[in-house]
Amino acid sequence: MVAFEAVTKRFGRNDENQFTALDGIDLSVARGAITGIIGRSGAGKSTLIRLVNGLEKATSGRVLVDGVEVGGLSESGLRDLRRQVGMIFQHFNLLSSRTAFENVALPLEIAGLPAKAIREKVGPLLDLVGLGDKANRYPSELSGGQKQRIGIARALATSPKLLLSDEATSALDPETTQSILDLLRRINAELGLTVLLITHEMEVVKTIASDVAVIDRGRIVEKGRTFDVFTDPKHETTRALLSGLAGAKLPEAIARKLAATPQAVSRAAVRVTFFGETAQQPLVSRLIQELGSEVNIIAGTIDEIAGEPYGSLVIAYSATPEVLARAERFYRETGLQTEVLGYVA
Amino acid sequence: MSPDMLFNLLTKALLQTLQMVAAAGLIGSLIGLPIGVFLATSGRGELYAAPTANRIVGLVVNAARSTPFIILVVAIIPFTRLVAGTSIGTSAAIVPLTIATIPFVARLAEAAIREVDKGLIEAARAMGATPMQIVFKVLLAEARPGLTLALTLTLVSLVGYSAMVGAVGGGGLGDLGIRYGYQRFMPDVMLAVVVVLIVLVQAIQSAGDALARRFDKRSRKT
Repeated sequence: MVAFEAVTKRFGRNDENQFTALDGIDLSVARGAITGIIGRSGAGKSTLIRLVNGLEKATSGRVLVDGVEVGGLSESGLRDLRRQVGMIFQHFNLLSSRTAFENVALPLEIAGLPAKAIREKVGPLLDLVGLGDKANRYPSELSGGQKQRIGIARALATSPKLLLSDEATSALDPETTQSILDLLRRINAELGLTVLLITHEMEVVKTIASDVAVIDRGRIVEKGRTFDVFTDPKHETTRALLSGLAGAKLPEAIARKLAATPQAVSRAAVRVTFFGETAQQPLVSRLIQELGSEVNIIAGTIDEIAGEPYGSLVIAYSATPEVLARAERFYRETGLQTEVLGYVA
Repeated sequence: MSPDMLFNLLTKALLQTLQMVAAAGLIGSLIGLPIGVFLATSGRGELYAAPTANRIVGLVVNAARSTPFIILVVAIIPFTRLVAGTSIGTSAAIVPLTIATIPFVARLAEAAIREVDKGLIEAARAMGATPMQIVFKVLLAEARPGLTLALTLTLVSLVGYSAMVGAVGGGGLGDLGIRYGYQRFMPDVMLAVVVVLIVLVQAIQSAGDALARRFDKRSRKT
């Protein structure tokens, strides 16, 4: 649906104060999928998403939308493309002088539809986002979540095939964020709309994106299926971004007591990760039987990443050679992913 | 002076003032507003980017604004004669008043339009809007409360400027005050003129404020 080929974007006109926002980006966005691009602020996310509908122009490289190169379009070609690509924004960008209805009608007016056709389209769109009863309200009378719903309805007005989401939930509280994400997922499923979203919140990507790309200082440092990237992050930026997620970190009190090497009577602290097959089986109780040692659970979380169950458990057991060997054998047989975090006294 | 005579003088002067303010306000705004739109949208990287033209127009506007009004009135007398056919009288006074209004409106309109959130321009561009659609459907629509206040301020300032055109026989309330109140030492006329001016300015301001409030949907309490 969208492809970036060796895309570079520089700002500034002369060499001294030139700033490279994007540096050799290669990325493709699958049709019908929800793809997330995550990075810290200033990493180049906003520039990247603006290349897709031509709000920014690439300095070099190609950006293709449905096989058409965006950089090669004329002004009017660009306007036609934009009418097929919806966009939603962090600060909603609704016109304060227009009611909810009139805001959703705006892209249709711009496309030159007659008033009657506009009326017939806007009503169902407001119903779709659950705000059929707020048609005559002004944005100042709506909550943040409601404003974003209007923004989504507006983005869908011209029946686009692609939706760009620019930090759409970053100004919302967690509960509202969840409801907006649910709405996006529903639209993706029901309308078959391809969604490309940028965010700095791992939670957003984890909840709805099937694929993810991690961007840092203008480069894509890691990409793949969200589940794979999240359960086995390779790049330090990914790890840093993931550290905010529940269960990824040990409790501070225990982390402080961890030693890198075993001591006289210490216990091994091991992170066991369950997903796919292993998430379905009663592995913990079998592990305890198998080890013949007392096991205590130090930290743990059970979660869902991009719709797949995922569990992470930090357990501690006696670090004697026999127990360790038995544990090793058990992990090999079951295919559990483990990581020794250290040793506690 | 008898009350009757005073009343007649006042009504005549008030009508002249209203005539000048209305005509100069209307024509000046019609010309000044597009210039304001141009100034607000032609900077580097903006909708109708034309940085050089922007700077030239900006310079002309600044020059016109920094010329004291009373000097402008005499300086353009040949032009006034060309346009109005005469250089004295109420209709002749409308010419310099209009000329002074244009840059005034242009700068105020520019400021009001620049107040519009840049995010809205981006959203409209992302919808595939043409620059013209952005000006009319987004910028002017969103700036309407600010533009209303700008036009109100223009009319109030015009009431003040119109007091100076007595110098070219323009008549009006200010002229009445100077000739009767000051030169003939008639404090009652001066007082009456000042009171009428205060009431007039208040009326314009209140009407403008009310209109701007009606246009402004940004902070509704209900």
